[in-house]
Amino acid sequence: MRTIFFLLRKEFRQIFRHRVLLMLIFVMPIIQLIILANAADYEVRNILLHVIDHDLSPTSYRLVNHFQGSPHFILTSTSFNPQRGIDAINADKADLVLEIPAQFERRLLRENSAQLHLNINAINGVKAGLAQGYANNIIRNFNQDIRAEWLGLAAPPQPGRIAITYSNWFNPEMAYSAFMVPGILVMLVTLVGMFLSGINIVKEKEIGTIEQINVTPIRKSQFIIGKLLPFWIIGLVELAIGLGVGKLIFDIPMVGNLGLVFLFAAIYMLVVLGIGLLVSTITETQQQAMFISWFFLIVFILMSGLFTPIESMPLWAQRITWFNPIAYFVEVNRLILLKGSSFMDIRPHLGAMVAFAFTINGLAVWNYRKRS
Amino acid sequence: MTTHPPALVFDNIHKSFGPVTALEGVSLEIGRGELFGLIGPDGAGKTTLMRILTTLLLPDQGAAQVLGYDVIKQWRNIRREVGYMPGRFSLYQDLSVAENLHFFATLFGTTVAENYDLIRDIYEQLEPFRKRRAGKLSGGMKQKLALCCALVHRPQILFLDEPTTGVDPVSRQEFWQILNRLQDQGITIFVSTPYMDEASLCDRVALIQDGHFLAVDKPGALAASYEHPLYAVKARDRFRLLQDVRQWPPTYQAFPFGEQLHLSTRTEIDPQQLVGYLTQQGHQEITVTPTAPTIEDRFMELMTH
Repeated sequence: MRTIFFLLRKEFRQIFRHRVLLMLIFVMPIIQLIILANAADYEVRNILLHVIDHDLSPTSYRLVNHFQGSPHFILTSTSFNPQRGIDAINADKADLVLEIPAQFERRLLRENSAQLHLNINAINGVKAGLAQGYANNIIRNFNQDIRAEWLGLAAPPQPGRIAITYSNWFNPEMAYSAFMVPGILVMLVTLVGMFLSGINIVKEKEIGTIEQINVTPIRKSQFIIGKLLPFWIIGLVELAIGLGVGKLIFDIPMVGNLGLVFLFAAIYMLVVLGIGLLVSTITETQQQAMFISWFFLIVFILMSGLFTPIESMPLWAQRITWFNPIAYFVEVNRLILLKGSSFMDIRPHLGAMVAFAFTINGLAVWNYRKRS
Repeated sequence: MTTHPPALVFDNIHKSFGPVTALEGVSLEIGRGELFGLIGPDGAGKTTLMRILTTLLLPDQGAAQVLGYDVIKQWRNIRREVGYMPGRFSLYQDLSVAENLHFFATLFGTTVAENYDLIRDIYEQLEPFRKRRAGKLSGGMKQKLALCCALVHRPQILFLDEPTTGVDPVSRQEFWQILNRLQDQGITIFVSTPYMDEASLCDRVALIQDGHFLAVDKPGALAASYEHPLYAVKARDRFRLLQDVRQWPPTYQAFPFGEQLHLSTRTEIDPQQLVGYLTQQGHQEITVTPTAPTIEDRFMELMTH
């Protein structure tokens, strides 16, 4: 016990003396949190719109007005030639081309139906999909508006029309920061646990200090605990700071029990520290450790449901995420903070995490014990 | 009364790293309180042997005991009793002198104060820099700190891997004086070095090359066992001199030795005979004087013959 205390003291001394490391641990995550949570937003604004109005009637003018009134579109150019519209897309000056055919108003009045043509730049599939959705919405609203006017207020409502009202549970205003912050927090905690711990152990190998440690009677378990415990503590402190920043700056909801978040984080940290330890046993230099950790981190983060929902992944990819600890924590964090899930709700996640912790650490310690 | 086991015994130690054989069956016994030198060029296997004896490496074959403890089974006992100073500076560069020393003391479950008498001589020189980070010390100071850290738990046997490599001549001399004082305190010292001149400062030495011991003996005896007549030869053009001397039929071996050339011959010769030969080859300022053999002569002989 005493030995571990001295190891911890030494480790904290070294960490607090390392200015870059300190910045990496405490300043950068907060900056990342603030930037990422503000920047990551699924709403698409500023879709560039090109309008080709062959009709030039009051009705077509009103339709264009509807588009201009929307926060999602910016009317950048107009022309009377479909080719110009395509050119605008090619030149990246338009994301969406709205083409209103001649006699749009007349056909709408006479035949009660008219056609519009949309050309969408689909290089970014997400953006294209959203642009189409927004455009459809605007056109539908426009359609309802003019029908109401033309048919007169006295006209009976259309039969069989289903009115839909929305209510967004757990995130009523659909604030993306409330959705993103819990996820980004996981990423930051992971960074400390996996990256720094692995690099820290390999550093002893690289500069040779492990030789001097190895000839002392200290046990390997003591050395490992002395190396990992500081990052476990730092990880949890960072989570606390992150939650504080999330509350103060983004006012994220904290419906559930924060103790539960920390309980889960405590076990989760064991998993990522184990990964860091495992990486350190198979590498010789800090650079190698960094590249290997980086590989895992990128795959884990991109497949964690932090940015793209796991449900939208193909089935095989969804299966892979069963082995992704980050995915569990991202989900649990959102469940507890936004939905107020209880211990019983997250029990399966917790169980998986305990299993991971045992497997990874067992593997890492077994690999570490080998003597040559 | 129980008899103490010898400080160090090893028998037929083999170790290879993949295709490279580092040690090929070395055996030795070292008594308590001995100052033993392991002399050999780079890559001879010195560090590998040192690492096996300090329980950092497992031998492929053979047995070794340190203070009577087996290096494979009783490594924990060994680690309590030995001090090791690796060839590369292996202390925490971002901790201060005092912090490093205290840290290693605590790892051995002791305190600096408890064993201060052992390190006082060395530590007093470090005292003015006690708050300085280890990484910011000069080479000689780093080495003294490393020695302090290896001594802080009062080990019975001290392993020093090339402690004087890259150290200036004055500090080297100082360092050997320190080793002598430690020996006086009853500590067994096992030191490796590539410098032949340091061999004479040891009680006994082993000459090691390519994983073999070429000879194990007292330095004086090793030098004395050199049986060929030996001459120190000098001339203005040293490079051409070596080539010409090697061409000379009576030559047994010749190699550069500082400013001079050490030449030994198969049989006794008349120095004037050599002077005549060299003059004929166009050399100037030739001197040939008989000289006493050193360990280096013996080592060169063992290496090449």
